[in-house]
Amino acid sequence: MGMSVVEKILARASGLPAVAAGDVVEPKVDLAMSHENAALVINQFQEVFQGTGQAPTVWDPSRIAIIFDHRVPAESPKTATNHKKIRQFVAANGITKFHDVRGDVGGICHQILPEYGYVRPGFVVVGTDSHTTSHGALGAFSFGVGATEMASAWALGIAVNIEVPATIKVVVSGTFPPMVGPKDLILHLIGLLTAQGANFKVLEFHGETIRQMSTSGRIAICNMSVEAGATSGIVPGDAETVRYLREEAGVTDAIDCVTPDADATYVRTVEINVSALVPQIACPHMVDNVKPIDQVLGIPVQQIVIGSCTNGRLDDLAAAADILRGKKVAEGTRMLVFPASSKIFAQALDKGYIHDFMRAGAVVMNSGCGPCLGVHEGALGDHEVALSTTNRNFKGRMGNPTGEVYLCSPVVAAASAITGVITDPRKG
Amino acid sequence: MPKVIIALENDISTDDIYPGRFMATVLPTETPQFAFFDRTDFNASLKAKAFPPGSVIVGGENFGCGSSREQACSTLKGYDLAVVARSISRIFLQNSINLGLQVVICPGIEATEGDDLEITADQVLNHSTGKAYDQVKLPAARKGIMDAGGLIAYTRARLLARG
Repeated sequence: MGMSVVEKILARASGLPAVAAGDVVEPKVDLAMSHENAALVINQFQEVFQGTGQAPTVWDPSRIAIIFDHRVPAESPKTATNHKKIRQFVAANGITKFHDVRGDVGGICHQILPEYGYVRPGFVVVGTDSHTTSHGALGAFSFGVGATEMASAWALGIAVNIEVPATIKVVVSGTFPPMVGPKDLILHLIGLLTAQGANFKVLEFHGETIRQMSTSGRIAICNMSVEAGATSGIVPGDAETVRYLREEAGVTDAIDCVTPDADATYVRTVEINVSALVPQIACPHMVDNVKPIDQVLGIPVQQIVIGSCTNGRLDDLAAAADILRGKKVAEGTRMLVFPASSKIFAQALDKGYIHDFMRAGAVVMNSGCGPCLGVHEGALGDHEVALSTTNRNFKGRMGNPTGEVYLCSPVVAAASAITGVITDPRKG
Repeated sequence: MPKVIIALENDISTDDIYPGRFMATVLPTETPQFAFFDRTDFNASLKAKAFPPGSVIVGGENFGCGSSREQACSTLKGYDLAVVARSISRIFLQNSINLGLQVVICPGIEATEGDDLEITADQVLNHSTGKAYDQVKLPAARKGIMDAGGLIAYTRARLLARG
């Protein structure tokens, strides 16, 4: 019986000839990623070693990545002290894949990992962040874990007691109409599957539309796979994966793309044709509350957010800048831009996009998670409405339980910034 | 007999259980103060220790969806609460097992605040309504971690076994 991509990856990482959904395996971890919550991981890690007579030593410092992004620069003494504690741990353990609060190599973890070539097809990646699903875009099995599970991986170098997840095959065909793209596809899919439709399962993406999609778009769809509950999203590695890793991430060593068997077992197959897809909006307060844009047109918006690990890459900023160039953000609406990494910020500067945003009246912030998790830079006032290219709209998500967050693509956000109400970019 | 202290709707997110703005607080000893912080009355009752250990939060579908933040489990574990929900999101379920927070998947559960619940090996009995509901067994693979009392103890044992 054939294997899905994730089954193949888990078989290889576990030293087994074959695995099937439901099997319990203990795969070697190729990359273990944390951000500010490394402060908790360190606490749990040290607790693991208590009473063992062994010094707390990470299994392989070269396979650990720590990226500061959730609260950068620190918004409080508490966060600054967490940062300090993590820096000391990084230095003491010789962790080299460390990205501090910096304007050259800093950025959001889910952009830094692909950008620096830390993720390869076939890898098993764990991250203390639910959007670790992003790295399936490069053909890796990449999933979110809690801090204690990460501490266990730091100590043992394996993920313990992993049940091989079943896989849902998603086949995407057709050509995106103008002003419609990967974000609309994944919102549409989440609406179809529901917020728990893929719980404990993997979404494996196939079809001509995926093959032609850039790695940036693939990151957006894998990033949001977790919003359907998925353990991971994955695009089997292909020519685009190799191109991205060689040309954009500077990878020179061998790249081994893992592909599924033709007779792999899937629990379900979902087929989507995007040729007639319209811009999609996830409405408050759940990501699966997805509507076509014509059902929400005209809703006043006080805050526009463009950026994040979902849609803060250069192509996202380019598409938004093209709409905003020479225009003004509406009075009574504020617009915040968060490039996904410092490198992207610099590229957007060179291309003139940052100027386009600033002349339009947008505030361009350093790259980081910003207001997406409601702690830092860009909280909502009471009963305010945000339209955002980020990935979650739960109650309280932008720091105020009375606020409302709508999720959309960069072009919808940009067109709506000009009018101050939810606006269809196809009619701008 | 444990009582239901709150009955919640579907899709309770980790932002609801432990708002993101408190994520700089990480230690399990410090997280309980922020449990369900934006449900002001419930948070106040928790902090006032109005509920005895073993009290039950009843959830609907997809309980604990969203972020991987472990604070969402440690904050409830701090009050020794149990969660009985119709379904539970993967990362929250795993984090609960890892930290020793009692979680029960019970697809048919119907209960309201104040009901007396008994959690048996394979069922949940609502003594206030006289109805019994089957549990979905947790994956067998998790037994080792639960038997060890959580993932820290389990990992420690694995480390020692390696020598």
